[in-house]
Amino acid sequence: MGKYLVNLKINNIPVSVEEGTTILDAAKNLNFKIPTLCYHSDLSIAGNCRVCVVEVKGQRVLSAACATPVSEGMDVFTNSEKVRASRKNVVELLLSEHNADCTKCYKNGNCELQEMTSEYSVGNHIYLDLVKDKDKILDISSPSIVKDDSKCIRCQRCVRTCEELQAVSALAVVNKGDHQKISTFLNKPMHEVVCTNCGQCVNRCPTGALVEKNYIDEVWNAIYDPDKFVVVQTAPAVRAALGEGLGVELGQRVTGKMVAALKKLGFNKVLDTDFTADLTIMEEGTELLTRLKKALVDKESVALPMFTSCSPGWIKFVEHIFPEYLANLSTCKSPQQMFGALAKTYYADKINIKPEKMVSVSVMPCTAKKYECDRPEMRSSGYKDVDYVITTRELARMIKQAGIEFNKLESERYDSILGESTGAAVIFGATGGVMEAALRTAYEIVTGREVPFTNLDIKPVRGMEGIKEAAIKIKDTVPAWSFLEGVELKIAIASGLANAKKLVEAIRDGKATYHFVEIMACPGGCIGGGGQPIPTSAEIRKKRIEAIYEEDTNMTLRKSHDNPEVQEVYKEFLGSPLGHKSHDLLHTHYKPRKRY
Amino acid sequence: MENNILKKVDLIFDNTCDPLVVVDKVLAKSPDDVILDIIDSGLKGRGGAGFPTGLKWKFTRNEDGDTKYVICNADEGEPGTFKDREILDKVPEKIFSGMAIAGYAIGAKEGYIYLRGEYNFLLPMLNKKLEDFNRKIKAKNLDFIISIKSGSGAYICGEESALFESMEGKRGEPRNKPPYPTVSGYNSKPTSINNVETLVYALMICKLGPDKFKELGTKDSRGSKVFSVSGDTPNPGIYELELGMPLKEFVSEFGDGDTKAVQVGGASGHCVPRKHFNDTIIGFEGIPTGGSMMVFNSSRSMYNVLHDYLEFFTEESCGQCSPCRIGCQQLLKGIEAIKKGEKSPIYIEELKRLAATMKIASKCGLGQSVCNPFTSIVDNFREEIIY
Ligand SMILES: Cc1cc2nc3c(=O)[nH]c(=O)nc-3n(C[C@H](O)[C@H](O)[C@H](O)COP(=O)(O)O)c2cc1C
Ligand code: SF4
Ligand code: SF4
Ligand code: SF4
Ligand code: SF4
Ligand code: FES
Repeated sequence: MGKYLVNLKINNIPVSVEEGTTILDAAKNLNFKIPTLCYHSDLSIAGNCRVCVVEVKGQRVLSAACATPVSEGMDVFTNSEKVRASRKNVVELLLSEHNADCTKCYKNGNCELQEMTSEYSVGNHIYLDLVKDKDKILDISSPSIVKDDSKCIRCQRCVRTCEELQAVSALAVVNKGDHQKISTFLNKPMHEVVCTNCGQCVNRCPTGALVEKNYIDEVWNAIYDPDKFVVVQTAPAVRAALGEGLGVELGQRVTGKMVAALKKLGFNKVLDTDFTADLTIMEEGTELLTRLKKALVDKESVALPMFTSCSPGWIKFVEHIFPEYLANLSTCKSPQQMFGALAKTYYADKINIKPEKMVSVSVMPCTAKKYECDRPEMRSSGYKDVDYVITTRELARMIKQAGIEFNKLESERYDSILGESTGAAVIFGATGGVMEAALRTAYEIVTGREVPFTNLDIKPVRGMEGIKEAAIKIKDTVPAWSFLEGVELKIAIASGLANAKKLVEAIRDGKATYHFVEIMACPGGCIGGGGQPIPTSAEIRKKRIEAIYEEDTNMTLRKSHDNPEVQEVYKEFLGSPLGHKSHDLLHTHYKPRKRY
Repeated sequence: MENNILKKVDLIFDNTCDPLVVVDKVLAKSPDDVILDIIDSGLKGRGGAGFPTGLKWKFTRNEDGDTKYVICNADEGEPGTFKDREILDKVPEKIFSGMAIAGYAIGAKEGYIYLRGEYNFLLPMLNKKLEDFNRKIKAKNLDFIISIKSGSGAYICGEESALFESMEGKRGEPRNKPPYPTVSGYNSKPTSINNVETLVYALMICKLGPDKFKELGTKDSRGSKVFSVSGDTPNPGIYELELGMPLKEFVSEFGDGDTKAVQVGGASGHCVPRKHFNDTIIGFEGIPTGGSMMVFNSSRSMYNVLHDYLEFFTEESCGQCSPCRIGCQQLLKGIEAIKKGEKSPIYIEELKRLAATMKIASKCGLGQSVCNPFTSIVDNFREEIIY
């Protein structure tokens, strides 16, 4: 059934839009901006903040533009006296309940509420102050996320994010009336509840009520400490988004400028997580082939499909929700933690620095990695493998703090060794990227030929859909892998934990079978990570993904096994993939956790 | 046209008729004819909003789809209202029969009674009678079955869309409208939701015919209504009275001779001061009411009355939308601050503007109606609020 057009007028201007369109979207068509707070393009409609109210002629009450579909003959006014008076009152009400200490607030300058107040509530605070226990309600228990209820406007974006995108429901609305608030299960601290630390709620919170736990001061202190040698690694997705907070156009890769900025900030070595992304492919690809061999040749019982393990939010999700699938997770550490383990062993040795003097910092698009680096398993070097994780947002802030004019920086190159990488590593940042990288390598190992796709671009695994699947027939294998001759390798990819949950349930219920499944906790993969610049939307994520693939296309080396530094590390130190040293440093184990 | 006298009526509690005989009579007609009768009768919802019942049934009937629901709203939570409890207690079969008629008319196979949690003491009796009733309906080959869902004790769950959420096992929060329940209600299916009393009147209209019903009341307010009378009255209780009566008549019947105000329609209704008793009609053309009539004599402090209402709303707001959640607190704290001298008396004007915003910007009827008691009490008893 085709949609038919509805004719209406907005501020006396006629417009025709498809039936089902909201007043908000219809007004956008005419370039009338209606302010919103609880609305978010990634989420279902709540209609609870009421700042988007508009007047519809003939209606007794105002209508929430975000929640009201257009109807034939509607006469809408977005800026009438009633509308503006109501909006102003609503914003002032929100402020009266809000701990509005903007100058001390982490969100100062990037806050939707603050923006709204400069438009609608100028100076005169008419209502009584209703903020209760300003300090008591700060929850700093989590290593990733800080929750400050005194800054919460109850828009429920976080609740919808956690439920609709992530299927975790760590956050919920409790109580009614003046006691209504956003709470965790039994009001426990964030660190003790089923939360994956993915930070998606942080990405969508319009205020300072949910923010990342920041380690900016710790990193500065390390840099300033003359006794410390500070190395920094940067994840693939950071370069595709860092510019957004620094005046660079959306979708521009800023790899070289970022390296230059990091050197200016005073890091002793600027290295690349992409290097260990390539390493991950060597280890994980080999692990997959080994599992397949066990299943097909040795007829051993082995957990298949194998799930990727580079997304710590996903790891914690499995530990909580699907503990029966722990064996299916690849034992590979995430690239961040592989890097950390190598940094304080192989690398420290190589550059002649005592590991206890080394401070290892990583810049991630991710808040879950803050939690990951704290896990007790992540001390294979004998020290904390990664000392501090800062997000893309925190790095942008440090660059501003240092007074660096980012836009004017000349590109610089990563240091070596552990700085070289391939296009396969870069695409780790986008959903489907790990799969594509793994296939480029595994297919070549097995057949001796490159993957049969034009320009190595494995198109079926690309794109923004939440769940993707594909099958690749393996033909003309080299002798060592002849048992895979004719096998159709079945793969699936999901991003966003709600999609991941659907996929695992389909596997569990026997509705789908795969050999290899890539999962990223965040919608769109790491480019949509919980530590990326705010705001986020499908459009923004798409632009970042394009930047990622563009970087891949522009690289000379595009297959992980071609990375010369990776080859060198195996030769000098690790031996072979899945070898003894790898096992000690690059692989890990998981543990079941409570479901509530 | 208005009535000059206060006329007592006996339709709702009339126990002389066998409701199942009325159901038989209805089953002999087409569903469309049944709906036409209800439309013709002019019956409007008795739960507060006063939507024409026949139209509600018609809209639900006209929706596509096999699964539709009839829901009886028995969440009665409006302060000062206790008439549904009496109806549930005294004539439950009449409610069931009204639901069965609605089910037949709109094409629903399932009916639910959403019973206020505090009325759970009625459950054993209701369930027993319902079992019997469901069996008898089955014997008539009418594919309709009723069950009871127990509410969980929040006033907001009486609001229809919050009630659906609650029935679906979710947090009782009102939904965005549209879509309206007739299009997407319980389980997102077309749903006709009616107040307990409305359903019994529908039954009585089917029994007596729409013309008989129209003999009562006025053009805009057909029929009669059950009132819960409380406060400073020598005769508190439940009375079925013709609609469209002047408040003056009501006060002379129920007042104690010293009545200074009547709160019509419960906490969310309007406060009418003595000077307006003469020109106030109780009905949809004047002041509509879900049935609560609270009488206050001159010993009452209207500040305390308003304070109580605002405390009630501050607590019972579901809390999701900003104007209502925060507005209620500001109104409450605001009159306290004025009373204590922390805010100047002119602050009351600011609060009135706020109440006006709440009326047009809140998401549901709760937040929208706080303005009614606030403005009517503040305007008529300004001195009592300020000093
Ligand atoms: C806050 C609030 C509480 C309500 N509580 C009740 C109630 O307890 N009982 C009721 O019948 N209607 C209640 N209503 C009205 C219902 O939403 C709905 O209009 C009514 O059930 C429709 O039935 P009627 O058309 O027969 O009146 C309430 C409305 C609001 C906004
Ligand atoms: S959350 Fe926003 S409005 Fe509130 S204090 Fe922080 S910056 Fe200011
Ligand atoms: S971090 Fe992720 S899992 Fe935790 S509350 Fe936020 S959205 Fe939910
Ligand atoms: S924590 Fe943030 S996203 Fe969640 S309800 Fe509060 S303001 Fe909204
Ligand atoms: S008006 Fe009040 S009760 Fe209604 S949705 Fe808003 S907060 Fe909830
Ligand atoms: S943006 Fe529409 S109600 Fe919040």
